[in-house]
Amino acid sequence: MIDILIIGSGGAGLTAALAAKDTEASVTVVGKTYPTNSQTSMAQGGMNAALGNVGKDQVSSHIADTIKSARGLCDEKMVQKMCSDAPQSIQWLESIGVPFSRLDNGRSGKDTIAQRQMGGASAKRACYAQDYTGLKILHTLYDTCLKNNIDFLDEHYLLNLIIQDKMVTGATFLDIRTGEVKQVNAKSVIIATGGYGSLYHGYTTNAYGSTGDGVAAVLRAGGAVSDMEFVQFHPTALKGSSILISESARGEGGYLVNTKGERFVDELKPRDVVARAIFTEFQKGQEVFLDVRHLGEEKLMELLPQEVELCKLHEHVDPATELIPIKPVAHYSMGGIDVDNTLEVNGIKGCFAVGECSNAKVHGANRLGGNSLLEITAFGKVAGENASNHAKSIVPHETNNHQLQQDKHYLENLYAKDHTINFYEKRESLGKIFYEKVGIVRDNAQLLEAMETLNVIGASHRDMGPADKSPTNNTNLIDFLEFSNVLQLAPTIISAALTRDESRGAHFKIGFESLDDEKFKMHIVSHLDKDIE
Amino acid sequence: MQINILRSNTNTQQTYSLPNKEITLLNALTHIKATQDATLTFTAGCRASVCGTCAVRVNGREELACAYKVKDGDVVEPLNYHPILRDLKVDKNKAKETLLKSTAWLQSFEEASLTHKDEKQTEKQTDCILCDSCYSACPVYAVNPEFLGPFALTRAYRYSTDKREDDAKTIIDTIQSNGVWDCTLCGECTMVCPKGIDPKMDITMLRGVSVQEGYTDPTFATQSFGTPDFGFDPNAGF
Repeated sequence: MIDILIIGSGGAGLTAALAAKDTEASVTVVGKTYPTNSQTSMAQGGMNAALGNVGKDQVSSHIADTIKSARGLCDEKMVQKMCSDAPQSIQWLESIGVPFSRLDNGRSGKDTIAQRQMGGASAKRACYAQDYTGLKILHTLYDTCLKNNIDFLDEHYLLNLIIQDKMVTGATFLDIRTGEVKQVNAKSVIIATGGYGSLYHGYTTNAYGSTGDGVAAVLRAGGAVSDMEFVQFHPTALKGSSILISESARGEGGYLVNTKGERFVDELKPRDVVARAIFTEFQKGQEVFLDVRHLGEEKLMELLPQEVELCKLHEHVDPATELIPIKPVAHYSMGGIDVDNTLEVNGIKGCFAVGECSNAKVHGANRLGGNSLLEITAFGKVAGENASNHAKSIVPHETNNHQLQQDKHYLENLYAKDHTINFYEKRESLGKIFYEKVGIVRDNAQLLEAMETLNVIGASHRDMGPADKSPTNNTNLIDFLEFSNVLQLAPTIISAALTRDESRGAHFKIGFESLDDEKFKMHIVSHLDKDIE
Repeated sequence: MQINILRSNTNTQQTYSLPNKEITLLNALTHIKATQDATLTFTAGCRASVCGTCAVRVNGREELACAYKVKDGDVVEPLNYHPILRDLKVDKNKAKETLLKSTAWLQSFEEASLTHKDEKQTEKQTDCILCDSCYSACPVYAVNPEFLGPFALTRAYRYSTDKREDDAKTIIDTIQSNGVWDCTLCGECTMVCPKGIDPKMDITMLRGVSVQEGYTDPTFATQSFGTPDFGFDPNAGF
């Protein structure tokens, strides 16, 4: 029995692993791909910390901006903790060698890190590495994990958490290469599996694998999820491909214009406000473009080299001379696994959750750009330390293999059955329905329609499965299991959105266009409805 | 249009038809899997050239599937020098071990005064997404499977030259065996890197630093000192 099992090998998982290893705990990091393939690589704009390297800034302003953007739904203590930890998180990243962009200010250490403006921020606060901030942090974390001999189990897909007496004792995995179902026993478990944005298939900036695997596993294990209705739509994804164009493009001075060439919103408002303004333009029949031409080619290549490439490749547009056609798409899950102030999962002892999969209540109804990379590093450390403390209190004990047997049985049945419905078609239609009816602007009639469609898809789930019967390297099976997770999470999003008869941050509802603190200044917490299962 | 994909179960190419429109190879693969053949196996992630998951070979050249636009008659194969797990899905573990062997990380941190120029010095090298394209393109692997290879050496260079690195010597020591001197400087890695990184140049730079640290080119050493004197200088004229 190892001390700490970390599920998910993105930035949150790797930071937790390093922190846990520092406490001398034995750690294994399990991921469904390889560590550097994760969603963290896609974070572009930066990581917030009130260093004040470019103009004045202070931690209290960072806290105030974050609370304001959360629209009353954050836990102020958690926000305080995250924002106060930010400078030391940056210091730590500096010490492991993250190649941040630099100023020429003659100073040393983290005081030389360049900082840029992001939406909703009262100062230039986002530390960055060109527009590859997440990539460069992730890879430096990985290098540091290799240095510290962290054990990795790659290409292992999470099936279920193992629970005994409401306490986690490990998890089951499908070894994607061999097809074997395996059990890993651990004294503590950290879930760092990322968000559920891929539910909006075709209408998301997220990688294919952001299917909320850990969130769904917590639900199945009797844990709670919360604030699921708060899905952030990023204002600027490429119109054709839904590929992200960083907020830093606007932070650096980019405009949003409509077909008539008119600006229609303050581009540096928080993402929910900007996304809705774009949606309103669409409703007027306007197209919307990001205009960065006035920044000039040299500055674009300096600050946003990745964006320039992506625009040319996927839209045949040269941002230095042409307008970039954009649309808002699903980008970040504010909601997720409900955790307490120690990041322990509500309802499962010894199980911690961190990063986008968790709802640590720091983003509330709308996350600020630059706060997610901060969350994974600041709270990754917290999760690693707390999981280690918990592990110390556990005496190694006998574990049974009931969950393993159950999961083996489930997969055997899946293989044995013939499937009449192509789940890829359903994945496609679910994404579209969610974008159209559980999207930027919602209303109860449309939410109910979405729920009906979802129920029909859900009812036909038993007729879906992998058409590929290969026991080994069966990515068709993985796609299906991921889709099943998405299907499990979808009703929690719609029902919370239906309940919330108000507008707050990323959740905007026609007929209820204002905040209703009296009724709804609260988190909607869901458990698995046993009837649905 | 049609594309041909190498299937591992038969070791033959299978031809698939696609609608005649501009499409990335990744979208084509996803389309085929969803509508024609669920057994076609490949890996993918971000769709935006940054997660490093989807590199394959198209007509013999390494490409990110998400960044390559399909042409009629294209032949798609898995990366070279990686054990094939199934179709286009390969085992990257051995390639990744080169990072461990190179000790490509910050050995010992000391606070430094960094400037914009310092950032630029290794900006490109740190754009690496570990897609393994360079590893697949490197001909040295045909003769020496233990070669540390382009991406690990580029990463070793990036840390060795970081102003915050207080112990670059350890990295230089580590990359002597199966490392910088085993490279033929053919530049295939540089040709195929989807992020425009130049491992050949980085390896050349590492050779320079190695010489400063007292190492010599072992192949050159055998030539100079191990052969009898024929009365002429083989390097004459250079």
